[in-house]
Amino acid sequence: MKEKEKESVIKFVDFSFAYPSRDYIFKKLNFNFFKGERIGLVGLNGSGKTTLFHLIMGLLNPSGGKIEIFGKERKVENDFVEVRERIGLLFQDPDDQLFSPTVAEDIAFGPLNLRKNHQETKKILKETLETLGLAGFEDRITYNLSYGEKRLVSLATVWAMQPEILLLDEPTIWLDEGTIEKIVQILNSHPHLSYIIISHDKKFLKETTNCIYLMDNGKINKT
Amino acid sequence: MIKEKFSEGDSFFHKLDPRVKIIVALLFSVIVAVSDKHTSLWGALFLAVAAVIVARLRTKEVISRLLVVNSFIFLLWLMLPFTFPGEKVYTLGSLGISQEGIKYALLITIKSNSIILVGIAFLSTSSIFNLVHALRHLHLPDKLVQLFFFTYRYIHTIHSEYIRLNNALKIRGFKPQTNLHTYKTYAYLVGMMLVRSYDRSKRVYNAMLCRGFKGKFWTLNHFVSKKADFAAGIVMISCIMGLVLLP
Repeated sequence: MKEKEKESVIKFVDFSFAYPSRDYIFKKLNFNFFKGERIGLVGLNGSGKTTLFHLIMGLLNPSGGKIEIFGKERKVENDFVEVRERIGLLFQDPDDQLFSPTVAEDIAFGPLNLRKNHQETKKILKETLETLGLAGFEDRITYNLSYGEKRLVSLATVWAMQPEILLLDEPTIWLDEGTIEKIVQILNSHPHLSYIIISHDKKFLKETTNCIYLMDNGKINKT
Repeated sequence: MIKEKFSEGDSFFHKLDPRVKIIVALLFSVIVAVSDKHTSLWGALFLAVAAVIVARLRTKEVISRLLVVNSFIFLLWLMLPFTFPGEKVYTLGSLGISQEGIKYALLITIKSNSIILVGIAFLSTSSIFNLVHALRHLHLPDKLVQLFFFTYRYIHTIHSEYIRLNNALKIRGFKPQTNLHTYKTYAYLVGMMLVRSYDRSKRVYNAMLCRGFKGKFWTLNHFVSKKADFAAGIVMISCIMGLVLLP
């Protein structure tokens, strides 16, 4: 394999993590994610898949070891500002992600935080909605959307930041087959995107990822 | 769901630039609050009623809002006439009703009702989000604007958590009665509501961080001030100034 030439963008080194007064979820974890990889992550409920995503985004603090993202060690809150601008995390629950009254405003929130100007933001907004098949949704009220629509809009809010890596936490859960198919098509029509997908949907993972990792007992191994 | 009942419509006030509305409503409230001339206050009440009529809101809903405020004012009417020192106009047993007391209570009633009516006509006719944007454009400090927005946003969250939990109780046959079981259940409900809303607010905040939030809100839609908005503002401010100059 040409793995040496590839750039490791997310690197866990002897990494440990435990929630307060509970047993370790990760103990001396070593894991590399390379640019261009599209991987699926499976594992039992409570095995720490979501926790791993939150650690990458700097929402939780490690108990030991280190984490390198984009070639730099990330330790304090400020280190993660750049990470959050370049990696997009799709939360499991769309109600956690959407907080603005209208779809347009929620999607614009990220690009505006990246200091895109008004015209650029409007352009990104339009392109994102078209890519995700949501044209015409601009002025819809976010809390009146159906669950499937909320999930697609959540994906749009992350997509609009044009991230280099996507972290998708159970993107297909409770979605009908048509909507799942739509997500498969969107992901497959962007072959340069790297991502990690947490999912229990084997068919979906087969269609969208190159390789599946199993998380078990705080270790991540290829299956 | 907390409805912004008055924010939809197409009257003059619905179309007016929210910045103008905020400034005029603020000026009006301050002037009415400090004024104690009866002519000015009756004038203010007249303007406030006129504004509500122009805003074409449903009379029934406006009255139901006024009733809430006036139920507090009613308590003042129960106390003030009997306790305020002044010339007695009527005696009820050992209690005397003073003329000054009645005047004072009337003054408070007119003041509060005019301010509330203007609030309804000027502020409720914009959606909360537009008001938030307007406040930001008026250069109110970011922290205050966020406090205002998130208070609204999380009242909403707590309310929807309440509905969810309440439904969970209902589908298992819970009927509120006067007994320990009911009190205990409600105590759990309130406790659970707080914990869950807190957790959710944390998750929403995390989601915001992940999208590059650094403590500042940037707006997508900017207001375009038309000459008509400016002119309307000037006319309304002149009316308010006129109130002050009334004899």
